[in-house]
Amino acid sequence: MDLGTFLQFLAAGLTVGSTYGLAALGFTIIFNTTGIINFAQGEFVMLGGLLAVVFMHWLDPGLPAAVFLAVLTTTLVGLVMERLTIRPVQHTSVINLIIVTIGVSITIRGLMMLLWGKDTYVLPAFSGTTPIPILGATIAPQSFWILGITLLVLAGMRYFFSRTIFGRAMLACSFEPKAARLMGISVERMVMASFMLSAFVGAVGGAILTPLTMTSYDVGVLLGLKGFAACILGGLGNPFGAAAGGLLLGVLEAFGAGLISSAYKDAIAFVVILAILLWRPSGLFGAPDTERV
Amino acid sequence: MKSSTLRQLAPVSAFYVLVLATPTLLSYDYYYLSILTMAGIIAIIVMGLNLLLGFAGQISLGHAALFGISAYTTAVMTATYGFPLAVGMLSGVGLTAVVALVVGMPVLKLKGYYLAMATLGFGLIVYIFFNEAIALTGGPSGFVGIPQLHFGGFTFDSELSYFFLVWTTVTVVLLISLNLIHSRIGRALMALHASDKAAQSMGINVARYKLFIFVLSAIFAGIAGVLYAHYLSFVAPSSFGFHFSVQLITMVVLGGMASLWGGIAGTVFLTAMPEFLRAYENMEVIIYGLILILCMMYLPQGMAGGVSKLVALVRRRLGRA
Repeated sequence: MDLGTFLQFLAAGLTVGSTYGLAALGFTIIFNTTGIINFAQGEFVMLGGLLAVVFMHWLDPGLPAAVFLAVLTTTLVGLVMERLTIRPVQHTSVINLIIVTIGVSITIRGLMMLLWGKDTYVLPAFSGTTPIPILGATIAPQSFWILGITLLVLAGMRYFFSRTIFGRAMLACSFEPKAARLMGISVERMVMASFMLSAFVGAVGGAILTPLTMTSYDVGVLLGLKGFAACILGGLGNPFGAAAGGLLLGVLEAFGAGLISSAYKDAIAFVVILAILLWRPSGLFGAPDTERV
Repeated sequence: MKSSTLRQLAPVSAFYVLVLATPTLLSYDYYYLSILTMAGIIAIIVMGLNLLLGFAGQISLGHAALFGISAYTTAVMTATYGFPLAVGMLSGVGLTAVVALVVGMPVLKLKGYYLAMATLGFGLIVYIFFNEAIALTGGPSGFVGIPQLHFGGFTFDSELSYFFLVWTTVTVVLLISLNLIHSRIGRALMALHASDKAAQSMGINVARYKLFIFVLSAIFAGIAGVLYAHYLSFVAPSSFGFHFSVQLITMVVLGGMASLWGGIAGTVFLTAMPEFLRAYENMEVIIYGLILILCMMYLPQGMAGGVSKLVALVRRRLGRA
């Protein structure tokens, strides 16, 4: 393989992988504060993209404003989801929580299908579509937007969790909710914030990817599952490991599609993930966890 | 009662009498009978899933795929390669059981969220295969020309004959399942549902019981799959995707986890509902979602739990009066 082709695959992988990474980041934020895996995470990603399209058509406020509104609305959806469906059942069994979040997921999907139909929608690219040639590869300008915004979000999260009092309080809840409560931290507020934050990063991931991949009401299942797969690669307890897992998964998929079979691209990713899951259940970079009886 | 006798024979016999009377009660309306036949096929999968989810506490989001593997296997064996029906059907159920065994051995070591995601991933891989292996499966547009069932000189060519075949199978599967949960195995399953570790320390081989119930539920899905393929004579990948797996879970949850009778009621209700609600087609996904959320919030034991609560309430009221 020559350098140009290699770079082409790598760029394609990192671009899609960024969205997987942001979805994965969303999973870990909720998991760390609540211990819940949110099966509606993929719907947040879908909402980010589809709502941006909807706001473009509906209000025509210009692309940046449409994306901003979409991300804002999705963040509010995260808030509503936590208040209406998670808080009333938070002390139930894992199976019940899985079922509730699946219920939320297909309710959101069904609602979007009812409102906007089953069509596929496109969002204009952020700065034109003239490809940029680099070392024999041609890369879409949107790819740079995606990588740039993803890095910005990651840096922002890093700052939030390590430097702000609110972020550190959320981190405290993830270590030991009881101790956090004794220190005067409102765990309820942190749980609510984690759903909003998770919806926020998911929506950003969806909105920036949509100009390249298009979107429809049903893209959430696959994106959510791949986000979770990224968590498995990077370790569920570690937000930045999970984001790195997303990039890795994207690259893996791009090379798999290019070198083996594009029809089975999605299957290749899952086979690798299942293998890792069975070999090291706490992820490639995660520490093996012990269970209390 | 001696342990060797069949339990629950009386209620199941009563149920079968109802089954036999149903065509007359519906005055042989073939439209309603066809809905019930489809509900019966799905009820067979739901009973297996209920054993796995409701009794053993292990979730599977891949049962639609197992159902599909069986349906496609018998379709390919009988229609493409011209094998006899019995061979096709047995290989359908057999292959489903083998796939469940091979997948279940490693996957069932996972718990909770990980198990859910792993089975979801398995389901998606199989779904992609159904769509992409066009030479074998016919791809997204489906597989046509699956032969009708016949045994000896009798051909199943009427709506009525399939209705009786399917619901007799439902009755047999129900009897087996009810006996299973009232046996040593059933108690072991409920023990590992409550706590893996506690069950293990009581000497229950947790891994083997989980695998057993997973494979058994796959066999039920396999039986449903061959009935489905030969009844419709057409299969397409869209029937075996993630959405159908979620529908199956919804039927278990609405009927009541750990209630086989409730599961059958939930299945019939949810299968028949679209026929009675106009404009339902677009609302279907939302309705399923809301059922899942609301059941978990207000009726964690489903309709079965709701009914027994209601009965208890009425009894208390009557006792006081």
